[in-house]
Amino acid sequence: MELKDLYRDVILDHNRQPRNFGRLDPADATADGHNPLCGDRLTVSLRLAGDTIEDIRFEGKGCAISTASASMMSDAVKGRDRAAVHALFSRVHALLTQPDAPPDESLGKLAALSGVREFPSRVKCASLCWHTLNAALDQGGTISTEGGNESSSEGAA
Amino acid sequence: MSAIPLRAASSGYDVERIRRDFPILSRTVHGKPLTYLDSAASAQRPLAVIRAVDDYETRSHANVHRGVHALSQEATAAFEGARERVRRFINARSTREVIFTRGTTESINLVAQSWGRARLGPGDEILITALEHHANIVPWQMVRDATGCSLIVAPIDTSGELIMEEFHRLLSPRTRLVAVAHVSNALGTILPIAAIITAAHARRIPVLVDGAQAVPHIKVDVQALGADFYAFSGHKLYGPTGIGILYGREELLREMPPWQGGGDMILNVTFERTTYNELPYKFEAGTPNMSGAVGLGAAIDYVESIGLEAIAAHEHLLLEAATAKLSEIPGLTLIGTARHKAAVLSFVLAGIHPHDLGTILDAEGVAVRTGHHCAQPVMDFFGIPATARASFACYNTLAEVDQLAVALRRAQEVFG
Repeated sequence: MELKDLYRDVILDHNRQPRNFGRLDPADATADGHNPLCGDRLTVSLRLAGDTIEDIRFEGKGCAISTASASMMSDAVKGRDRAAVHALFSRVHALLTQPDAPPDESLGKLAALSGVREFPSRVKCASLCWHTLNAALDQGGTISTEGGNESSSEGAA
Repeated sequence: MSAIPLRAASSGYDVERIRRDFPILSRTVHGKPLTYLDSAASAQRPLAVIRAVDDYETRSHANVHRGVHALSQEATAAFEGARERVRRFINARSTREVIFTRGTTESINLVAQSWGRARLGPGDEILITALEHHANIVPWQMVRDATGCSLIVAPIDTSGELIMEEFHRLLSPRTRLVAVAHVSNALGTILPIAAIITAAHARRIPVLVDGAQAVPHIKVDVQALGADFYAFSGHKLYGPTGIGILYGREELLREMPPWQGGGDMILNVTFERTTYNELPYKFEAGTPNMSGAVGLGAAIDYVESIGLEAIAAHEHLLLEAATAKLSEIPGLTLIGTARHKAAVLSFVLAGIHPHDLGTILDAEGVAVRTGHHCAQPVMDFFGIPATARASFACYNTLAEVDQLAVALRRAQEVFG
């Protein structure tokens, strides 16, 4: 368990200077995410063309992992359609949870999150933004990392 | 930076000997010696407790209050012996006033459901404070929603102290119950519980005290305090989880209906009617947690063998040292600076979220709690989502205070 694997420079950079931070108004879709265990809150707003993300903003308060993950996600999903976002999340999810996930070149900067898998209590921090984005793409609303949705099975609380 | 040997600082208190009583304290975490600063969440157990539970399980277990056979009688003697031990610890008048529960949360729910539901209605008020743990908020919200009564919250100031003038102002002819923490779990504030009870009793209002954070640090005499209900948990007092106490004044308990039905709480059952058992069994439906009760009794023996006053003095030394040490760290803000505090330090560090801090401290072997500490309204009051909280117990040392400070500076290095 190495701290520098978790807090890589690219993660600290995105935490200090989150990209696409703020709120789109008007937006075609928004959703709120909440991790009641640590108090993290996140709002994702989208501008869509069909089911392709034309623009995305996120805002909220969270730890470095959740902020950096949301920031990197916002860069990564711009211009992608719903199916591509789901596919990307599957690969990120594997990166976060599978102990021997092979390096995935297609993940780009998101690969910096691989250190999270050594810290099971932090997996929810990194995945909160993705669940919130999925909620926005599906129908909007609020999701929580505790109960009711699939993320509740991730990692240890 | 090197720590002053504790014996020099606190004469007669041999913390190294106490540490040897707690086997878990000698383990390492991530290759570092464990620095356990999360006793406000759950304290570690001394060998005396572990052995008492083991001894009960190994030699004496059977169901209580039932059989005529030897083991059932031994188990009953052990269980009821623990009840008497608790009675002496809090100076209740009689063991009829000492109800075993699963913990503070269940104790408060028992009062809310049994006492509250039966006698509250629209126009009635329950007065709590802004410092409460969720366990002393949510049960009253459930009663409010079921009965139509109101829940009133006495505010705190920015140091984390209850504003007594506001508390007095909010005590009204409509107030039916005051439910307050003795010590705030999130901030460490020690509430002026005697003054609160005196003020409530002047208006003939009963008072429930959430003593979960108080009993490990403050000698509690329920008769001297005049508390009508006093709730606490075993596991914060170096005892097992799943066992706790509701103390209630006998006059009140006698008038209250049972809140759960089943075995042990009855004298006679037919399909037409049931006669309820005497106190305290009326409130103890089902087979109780016997080994937990035995462990709690052993924990009380252990605490009293050191002495609560000696423990409190030692913890106060740690509180003062930690407050001084943490105040030297640039960017660190203590949340909760009441004049009277238990050895709890809640804090935030500029630019580092408490959750990140918790992970980095853990990598250094330092266990602190991060989050809202089951007191979200307290966090909202200070406008923060979470804090890191270091809490100290009888076995912590000044060297561990230093270790906390070193780990915090390490976190600042990681975040550059």
